[in-house]
Amino acid sequence: MQSFSEALLEALGLVLAFDGDLREIILLSLKVSLSAVFFAALVGLPAGAWLATTQSRLRPVLLTIVSALMGLPPVVVGLVVYLLLSNAGALGPLQLLYTPTAMIIAQSILITPIVIALTRETLAGLYEHHREQLSLFGVGSIGLIKTLLWEGRNGLFTALLAGFGRAIAEVGAVIIVGGNINHVTRVMTTSIALETSKGNLALALGLGIVLVLLALLVNAAVIMLGSYTARSGRYS
Amino acid sequence: MLPISSIAAQDLLIQRGGRVVLNVPELVVGNSACTAIVGPNGAGKSLLVKTLCALLKPDQGCVNWGASSPDLPRRFKVGLLLQRPVLLNRSALKNITYALQASGLDADEASIRANEALQAAGLGALIDISAHRLSGGEQQRLALARALAVKPDMLFLDEATANVDPASTQAIEEQLRQAIKDGLTVVFVSHDMGQVKRLADEVILMHHGNVIEQSLRSEFFEHTDNPISRSWLAGEILL
Repeated sequence: MQSFSEALLEALGLVLAFDGDLREIILLSLKVSLSAVFFAALVGLPAGAWLATTQSRLRPVLLTIVSALMGLPPVVVGLVVYLLLSNAGALGPLQLLYTPTAMIIAQSILITPIVIALTRETLAGLYEHHREQLSLFGVGSIGLIKTLLWEGRNGLFTALLAGFGRAIAEVGAVIIVGGNINHVTRVMTTSIALETSKGNLALALGLGIVLVLLALLVNAAVIMLGSYTARSGRYS
Repeated sequence: MLPISSIAAQDLLIQRGGRVVLNVPELVVGNSACTAIVGPNGAGKSLLVKTLCALLKPDQGCVNWGASSPDLPRRFKVGLLLQRPVLLNRSALKNITYALQASGLDADEASIRANEALQAAGLGALIDISAHRLSGGEQQRLALARALAVKPDMLFLDEATANVDPASTQAIEEQLRQAIKDGLTVVFVSHDMGQVKRLADEVILMHHGNVIEQSLRSEFFEHTDNPISRSWLAGEILL
């Protein structure tokens, strides 16, 4: 077992050298999480915009459900996706278990409620501000949603970054449906868990450093966008 | 599509919290080229305007645009300019092209007409500037240019110059005079009696949700025998 200082030095060496294993794990993590954000955006942005503008009587119920889903335990999502994708499951014939696709599905399910909720919150104020004017232009409900999504683009980017932050840091679901297979489904968080248990602190710390840097970058981007939004007098 | 030469309200009633806030048995606007709606705060002026524009559905009664009920194809034929302009987060030009495209124009035609509208409003130099970066007066002039660009038959203004400086007020009034000359019918809400005297042919006084008087400007200011109108003109009605 290495001492902490030795491990940290070796970890920094690995990060600076951009070691091959490290690079592979980082790239797979980014691929899985960015894909999950993409699919969550496809569903979450229009759904959140619809929730921000609808007068449906189901709206309060749907809002409650979305809020509840934001706190979904990742291991439960992992378990449900595992059951669906396993040979006996409804999607078993697709043979997706222990593939990056399965990990993307699990992460998409986890972050879609976050994207929906933040989109609704961002667009609700905009809708209130623009409702009458857009109605005067004769804009229909689809046009209204498209316009609001464009008007709220800065705030929505923040919502997507928040989703990405949740996805990249997630471990419970992806370890269940991905299996943490070396060179196939091993991502940063699952590697950190594995390497720590093996006592290989250098690689675990190296990945941890990259993960923290990514989290910092995402947060910095969110803060910068937020201050830009405030400066430009946007409603979001 | 027949032009909307007037808007009529019949038996309008709106209640809020059990209180009647608008009660208009019969009203027609548009018989004069320019009508001013005046009255103290809370008189129901904005409610009336939004109801005539079909933005608000009354609890009772109906509104007709010309001979028939308001409908989507004629939606852009009745415009409304609010006290605080509602502009999209895009350039001045694109704010106008958006409205024009929503009214059915293709992108090229919309761009040409938007350019013309900005030039006519004296905003030609601000074409590519984000609408949110403009001053309050420029934003209101842009909102008016956008409202006029879609060539409405009737344009309502709800205290549209209340938050702008005298120079912008003058520019807006000039734009309105030109538009009226070109055939537009204007109905505006204002607390500025000077503006009412400068622009309006006809005046509607509202108080406590009721239309107290509707008469020609000269009659209203010089010969009214309605006691509430006389009190209003004497500055004795504040609420």
